[in-house]
Amino acid sequence: MTSAPNIDNPASADDTGVDVAIEDVGTEDVDSFRLRARAWIPANLRHVGVSTKTLRNETTDEEELVEVAHERKIQRTLFDGGFAGICVPRAYGGQGLTPAHQKAFNEEMAGYEYPTRLQSPTMAPCLGLILDCGTEEQKLRHVPAILRGEEIWMQFLSEPSGGSDMAGALTSAVRDGEEWMLNGSKVWTTGAWWSDWALCLARTNWDVQKHRGLTVFMLPLLRDGIEVHRIEMLNGNREFCQEFLTDVRVPDSDRVGDVDDGWTVSIRWMYHERMLYNSPYVTIPVGSGFGATGGGSLLRLAQGVGRANDPVVRDRIGETRMLAIVKEALQERIGEGMRSGGLSDQAAAIGRLMQAMATVRTTEAYYDLTGALGGAWSDDDGLAAERGVDYLMRQVSCIGGGTTEMARNVISERVLGMPRELSLDRNIAFRDVPRGPGTKS
Amino acid sequence: MRYIRSEDEEFFRSTTARFLTEFAPPARLRELRDDPVGFTPDYWRRGAELGWVSLLVGEEHGGGSISGSGPSDLTLVAHEFGAHGAPGPLGAANVVALALSAAGSHLDVLGEVMAGATIAAWCDGEQTFDLSSGSGVKVAYDGDDLVLSGMVRPVESAASATWLLVAGRSPDGPTQVLIPAATTGVTIAAMSGVDLTRRFAAVRLDGVRVSSSAVVGGAGLAGAALAGQRRAQRLVAAAESVGAMQTAFDMTVEWAFDRYSFGRPLASYQALKHRFADMKTWLEASHGIVDAAAGALTAAQGGADPDALREVDEVLHAALAYIGQNGSELLQDCVQLHGGLGVTFEHDVHIYLRRHTLNRSIHGAPSYHRLAIADIIEATEGRAA
Repeated sequence: MTSAPNIDNPASADDTGVDVAIEDVGTEDVDSFRLRARAWIPANLRHVGVSTKTLRNETTDEEELVEVAHERKIQRTLFDGGFAGICVPRAYGGQGLTPAHQKAFNEEMAGYEYPTRLQSPTMAPCLGLILDCGTEEQKLRHVPAILRGEEIWMQFLSEPSGGSDMAGALTSAVRDGEEWMLNGSKVWTTGAWWSDWALCLARTNWDVQKHRGLTVFMLPLLRDGIEVHRIEMLNGNREFCQEFLTDVRVPDSDRVGDVDDGWTVSIRWMYHERMLYNSPYVTIPVGSGFGATGGGSLLRLAQGVGRANDPVVRDRIGETRMLAIVKEALQERIGEGMRSGGLSDQAAAIGRLMQAMATVRTTEAYYDLTGALGGAWSDDDGLAAERGVDYLMRQVSCIGGGTTEMARNVISERVLGMPRELSLDRNIAFRDVPRGPGTKS
Repeated sequence: MRYIRSEDEEFFRSTTARFLTEFAPPARLRELRDDPVGFTPDYWRRGAELGWVSLLVGEEHGGGSISGSGPSDLTLVAHEFGAHGAPGPLGAANVVALALSAAGSHLDVLGEVMAGATIAAWCDGEQTFDLSSGSGVKVAYDGDDLVLSGMVRPVESAASATWLLVAGRSPDGPTQVLIPAATTGVTIAAMSGVDLTRRFAAVRLDGVRVSSSAVVGGAGLAGAALAGQRRAQRLVAAAESVGAMQTAFDMTVEWAFDRYSFGRPLASYQALKHRFADMKTWLEASHGIVDAAAGALTAAQGGADPDALREVDEVLHAALAYIGQNGSELLQDCVQLHGGLGVTFEHDVHIYLRRHTLNRSIHGAPSYHRLAIADIIEATEGRAA
């Protein structure tokens, strides 16, 4: 297909200042690595069965903090066992191995506990972006700390004024000697209240076109001037946060990439975010992940409500598993397509769209199969309980991490090369861009 | 079809692609619309020389693969068949070749089938998706003879076949026999169909008497072989349907760039761009699931581990369910995006719509495959509940 997008690749040696040295590359072959993992995992990690992440409001804050602490410990255990940062160069505390090794590890990890909260956004996109665009000093400071479970990262990207239009960020950074002063608000960070650091996209120049006046910074969350406010979702979940930045001081050494060149960094940032399931930096045991249960638990739900022999129900069970199988096959194919150059980097949006469409169908199947208990349930209704609330949250799969509308734009424009949508914010200074009533800069 | 192909695989694929471009272009397919066979003997023989019918046959019988995986190589041919809407019973021929090679019987016929010199049809009386006629074949024993009775439809290329591989039920279980199509008691009645060149017929067996030497594999013992043959047939059908989707999609993308309305190309309308994004997603997912199925089949090849085979079946059912459903959405949307032109005989898009539509029903509707997946889940995971 036509016109792969022209992406400036800041990952080249010129931008990062380093080439991967020979000693950074591991030599263990995939099979012996797999055998090592197979022996190590049961001896060091708990077997927890298939656990899927949900957006339910299931834990108290105290429990949440205990879990976060435990996941940091698991990460440390992985680090000590030589399984953290499998594709991260050794100079930064990783193993210097290949995506094939990470894939083998994910397979061997099936059913075992893993640091769920440390994968996204810490490993992808944040760690990936630091490796691509950070200075040598930044990489040495943060990457090993991330791999040891000492730093959990957030992305300060979306703002109350808009999520999809990322380059329209209004949070401002003003230079003050060797420091920058940040003011503004960021939103939709998951778990910012127990996290350590953030990558923040801010506007450093209002007098140029919007993509040309952005700069990326690193900032620790426990700093004066950062107020973290937790947002209650419609199901009671309070994981998502909004941050208010008031005169937050950031040293220039915590700047990522060049001043006003934040868009170049952001393209890499988005690449790593879209890569999530294919990212070589992410550990997700096979069979886990949001909505990955794929039919087995739906069958148990149907058995629980006495509908397992209804062909209409069985059709939905089969469809749910089908979607899980196809989704996995698609991720595999997209990875291969991007590696081979047959698909542009932007093709990760295809996987994102599939994930959303599959989750919508699957969530609906769970709700429908629950029958009347979807609308009202008792505590002892087991798998049937809370399905109605899950269904209320269905669209999260089409919004979080970039909406499906944006994914469809990316696929049609960047993968298929179709004409871009009309923009009224190009070729004018950002301060003159219409922002609608009620939005102040 | 995988993005990464070896030089040998690409050479193999492109040879068939060039052959079909030359000998089965859309104009030729239109000429064949009323042809009772749908292709010439010469076309099929020359195609078979390219390796179309050898890939699932053991090396000891003159077969073999390019890449080391016969199923994977076969998806390359099947993809091109779909991409060109090509004539010829690719799936059935490979199924018969697989059956004879696996059983090591009727090797003279196997040689002719592989060479494309003769057509052998597969009458699977043990599984048909004709829900109206009570399809099925009874195999009775009478001394050293077997007597076949029943009906199978639709059977691909039965009217032009010299041989019929018939699966039926004997008192001992599933049984396959290879019989000449001209055997007394065999009646073959042509049916109409949606494809331009694929021909189907109803095969009736009225007390057809054959000697026990006709048995392929052993009377009552064909269950596992039949399951393997269906896997091969499903893989071919899925890969072929994706080929059809690919051509129709590419054609429609090109159309969207070339066709202007209100002073701008169709491709500039967001309402249409978003539909193309959906279609691209369905298309890539369909490619992915075929490749996954070929991989699973290769991994389980020759083995009899029931768990491994169930996994293969699950992936294949997922492929036919997904491609059946989403492929239709894609192809019907390709028609829609062409407007009135899309429903004319003159436009090519129906060639690919026909091929996919045929495959969607003839090898089991999407709902059949979804229910089959539920059965597999119950068999493997339901026990624990």
